[in-house]
Amino acid sequence: MDMNEIKEIFFQECEEQLAELESGLLKLNDGDRDPETVNAVFRAVHSIKGGAGAFGLDDLVSFAHVFETTLDCVRSNKLEPTQDVLKVMLKSADVLADLTNAARDGGSVDEARSRTLIRELEALAHGETHAAEPAAPKPVAAAPKPSEPAPVVAKPDVNDEGFQPIPFSFGDFDEEPAAKYVPTCQIIFRPNRELYAKGNEAVLLLRDLSRLGEMSVYCDMDRLPPLDKMNPEEAYFSWKVSVTTDKGEDGVRSVFEFAEWDCELDVRTIEEEIVGEAADDDEPPMQAVPFDLSLLEDGPAASGEEEPVVNESDTAAAIAAADTASKVAQVASRAAENAKAAAAAATAAQANQASAAGQTIRVDLDRVDRLINLVGELVINQAMLSQSVVENDNNGVSSINMGLEELQQLTREIQDSVMAIRAQPVKPVFQRMARTVREIADITGKSVRLITEGENTEVDKTVIDKLAEPLTHMIRNAVDHGLEMPEKREALGKNPEGTVRLTAKHRSGRIVIELADDGAGINREKVRQKAIDNDLIAADANLSDEEIDNLIFHAGFSTADKVSDLSGRGVGMDVVKRSIQALGGRISISSKPGQGSVFTMSLPLTLAVLDGMVVTVAGQTLVVPLTAIVETLQPEASAIHSFGASQRLISIRNSFCPLVDVGRILNFRSTQANPIDGVALLVESEGGGQRALMVDAIQGQRQVVIKSLEANYTHVPGIAAATILGDGRVALILDVDAVVAASRGQPLRQDISLAATG
Amino acid sequence: MTYAAKNLIDGHELIAFRIGDQEFCVNIMSVREIRGWTPATPMPHAPPHVLGVINLRGAVLPIIDMSQRLGMKRTEPTVRHVIIVAQVGPATVGLLVDAVSDILTITDENIQPTPDIANETEKAYARGILAIEGRMICLIDLGVLFPHIESEAA
Repeated sequence: MDMNEIKEIFFQECEEQLAELESGLLKLNDGDRDPETVNAVFRAVHSIKGGAGAFGLDDLVSFAHVFETTLDCVRSNKLEPTQDVLKVMLKSADVLADLTNAARDGGSVDEARSRTLIRELEALAHGETHAAEPAAPKPVAAAPKPSEPAPVVAKPDVNDEGFQPIPFSFGDFDEEPAAKYVPTCQIIFRPNRELYAKGNEAVLLLRDLSRLGEMSVYCDMDRLPPLDKMNPEEAYFSWKVSVTTDKGEDGVRSVFEFAEWDCELDVRTIEEEIVGEAADDDEPPMQAVPFDLSLLEDGPAASGEEEPVVNESDTAAAIAAADTASKVAQVASRAAENAKAAAAAATAAQANQASAAGQTIRVDLDRVDRLINLVGELVINQAMLSQSVVENDNNGVSSINMGLEELQQLTREIQDSVMAIRAQPVKPVFQRMARTVREIADITGKSVRLITEGENTEVDKTVIDKLAEPLTHMIRNAVDHGLEMPEKREALGKNPEGTVRLTAKHRSGRIVIELADDGAGINREKVRQKAIDNDLIAADANLSDEEIDNLIFHAGFSTADKVSDLSGRGVGMDVVKRSIQALGGRISISSKPGQGSVFTMSLPLTLAVLDGMVVTVAGQTLVVPLTAIVETLQPEASAIHSFGASQRLISIRNSFCPLVDVGRILNFRSTQANPIDGVALLVESEGGGQRALMVDAIQGQRQVVIKSLEANYTHVPGIAAATILGDGRVALILDVDAVVAASRGQPLRQDISLAATG
Repeated sequence: MTYAAKNLIDGHELIAFRIGDQEFCVNIMSVREIRGWTPATPMPHAPPHVLGVINLRGAVLPIIDMSQRLGMKRTEPTVRHVIIVAQVGPATVGLLVDAVSDILTITDENIQPTPDIANETEKAYARGILAIEGRMICLIDLGVLFPHIESEAA
C-alpha cells in the first residue's frame, strides 16, 4: 500500500467525519445539548486535523486547529453554543470541507473567507462573543417574535436542563480523582504450565506488580495434589493479588504483557461488593480504600452518605483515604458536574454500543457491480431454463418444475439482497443541501430553516450521485424565488424564517422525494405572461392551473425579475426535469398561492433494472421504459387523420397527437405500418410534448436488467440500452426522447459505425 | 514482410477460418471462444455487415458478417455457421464465418507480403499471406477492420 492509497483512505474518512461534523452541528443547532453530540463534533474535527497533520496538509491543519480550539470551549462549557456560535461553526465546517477537497483535488479555497472565519472562531474561543457578532449576521435573532420555538431563543447562560454552566474543564476533572483516590485492583493470576515452559517466572511478575503500589498477595494452593500425584512440570498455584495503584487496570495488565497468553488473568478495579466480600471472607485484609464513584454521581444525595465514606477511610487508614476525606467537601460541591459527566459517560457507552452493533466493511464498488451483473445473469439464465423446461415437459407437475420454482424464488432473493448492497441512505445528499440552503440564505439575506425527513431512505448509489445536482438547483430555486424576504413574510403574518422541507420516502418500489417551501407559491399570472412572451403558449390559450405550473419546466423559463447569482441563469427547471427523467424519474409540482410550492420527484430505486413494456415492432422485440408511457390505446380508423404528405395525427379525447411509427424511425421497415393493426403508446417526452408511438403489439410488462450496448458496440441512435429477455435473446430498449426528437424531423444519425473504413 | 505483421503473429499461432472459398486467419491470442450461430437481434441504423447483437453470457455481443465486411457477398447464417468471439481493443465482437478450419503454428518466414495487385480495401486489412500445404491463407488485422474500437482504446 503506497502513500497515495493511504491518503485516499484518509480523504474517504474525512468525508465521513465531515458528514458527522455537520450532522452534529445541526443537532446542536436544533437545541440538542447532549455532551456526546459535542464530543462527536469535536472528535470529527480532531481526526481530520490529526490525519491532515500526518500528510503535511498545513492549511487544513491550521484551520482545523482553530476550529478545534473553539469546539473545545463549547465542550468544556466555556462557550454556550448559541445560534450565532453555531452559524460560525457551520460555516467553518463548510470551509473545512472546501479545504479537504482542495487538498485532495488541488484547486484553491476562498482564503479571505477562511481567514475571516479563523478570526471569528478565535474570537469565540476567547469569549469575545459580542465582538464577533457583527461578523456573524443574524437576521432572525434581531427581531425574535415571542412565539418563536424555544431552541431559537436559547438563552445565553442557562441551558435546557436549567444548569448554570460552571466553567469547568474535562481535563482537570480527569486528573483530580486520580489524586484524591487511588483505586485498588483485584488480580487473579493463574499461570498455565506453558508460562513456566517459556521461561517466565511468576515470582518475577509478582515482584514487578509490587512496584506499582502497595500490594498484598494470597497464594491459592487448593489445586496442589498430593505429592505422589504431583507432576513436577505442571502449574498448580494461583495468586490473588490486590494492589493499590494509580496506574489502573491497564498498568496492571502491562506487567503481564508477555505472560498474558499463558495464564488466566482477571484484573478488576474493586467495587463495593468486593469490599463486602472481603469483610466475611478469610482473605487477608486489604489495604484498599474502597471509594465508590457512584456516591459522587448521586449528586446532592451524596452528602448524606458522606459519613460511611469517611468511616471506611478510617478503618482503612490509608494515606489515600486521608486524601479523600479532605476532598469530600470539594467533591460534594462538584456533584452536579459529576452527575453531568456520568451522564456523558453513559451516553458515550450507549453510542459505542450502537456503533458496535452495525458493523460495516468498505468494498470496492466494482466488485459489487460485478456481483450484481452475475446475479443478473443468474436471473436470466434461470428464466431461460424454466422456459425450456416448460416447452419440453407436457406433464406440468414434475419434480423439475418444483425445483425450478424454488430456484426462481432463490434467485429473486439473491437479486434483492445484492441490490440492497448498492442501496445507500440519501442522508449525504440531504446534508449537502443543508449547506446549499445556508449559503443561499446568507447571500439573499433570507432566513431559512431546512427540515429534512426520511434521510435514511435507501436508494441505489448511482441514483444518489446523480440526485445532488437537480436537488441543489431546486433548493436554490425554492430559497431564491420561492421564499419571500423576511420583512415581507412578517407583513404577511408568516414566520419571518422560511421553511424548506425535504422529504424522502419509499412508495411502491420507487423513492419519492418531496421539496416543499412555505413561500409565495407560483405566480400563475406571471408564468402565463412569460410563456406568452416566449411564444410557448398562445395568448388566448386556456390553461388549467396545473398546466400553468408545469410551464416552468419549459426550457429558458425564469420568473424571477432579476437574474441573481444563484438561480435563474436561464438554465432552469427544464434542466432539472431532464436530469430527473434521465434517471428514469418523474417530477411534478403543486403550488398554492401564498402557501408555497411542493415539488415531487419519483425515482426508481436502481438504475440497473428498469420497468419496461415489451412490445413487438416489425417482428422485433423492443422494450419501452414504463416511466415514459402515459397510456396505451388501440387506435380506430376514424381517429387517424393524415396531415401533410407523410404525417399522421391521432385524435385522443379531442386533441391531436402526432403518430410516430417506431418501426419506420428505427429503419426496421421501409413503409409506414397501418396504425389500425397496431397499438399506440402515448408517451411524454423531454420537450413536454406528447407523441403516440405506433408499435405492432404489446407482449407484456416486465422488469428488465439494463445492459450496455456501448461496451462492445457503439451508441445506437434511438436505442437507450439493451436487455436480455427470458428466451436468452437480446432486446433493445427504446430511447423514447430520441425517437420523439427524430419524429420532429431530426433524423436519427449514426455518429460512428463499424463501417467507418468501409 | 512488415513490422506490423511480425508484431501481429507474436504468438506464432493463428486460427484459420473459411469464408466462401477463401481462407483467412487471425492471431489466436485475440480469440476468446468459438461458438455456434444463434439468431441475432438486428440493430436499427446499423451498417449492413452488422447482423445484430446476441447474448453472450449476459454481455451484448455485436455480430459481424465477415464476408460482407471483407467486401464479399452477404452470408445467410445457418446453424452450421460459426461465431468467432474475438477481442478487439477493449471490446468483444463476434465474427460470423463459414467454418473454422485450422490452428496454424508458423514462423515469420512463412508470411509473404500482400501482393501488389490488391485494391485499397484488401491491402488495408491484409497483413500478409501464408502458403500452407498448397493453401493460401490471408492474415487479417482485426484492429484495421474495426478502427473505432481501437481508437476508443487509445
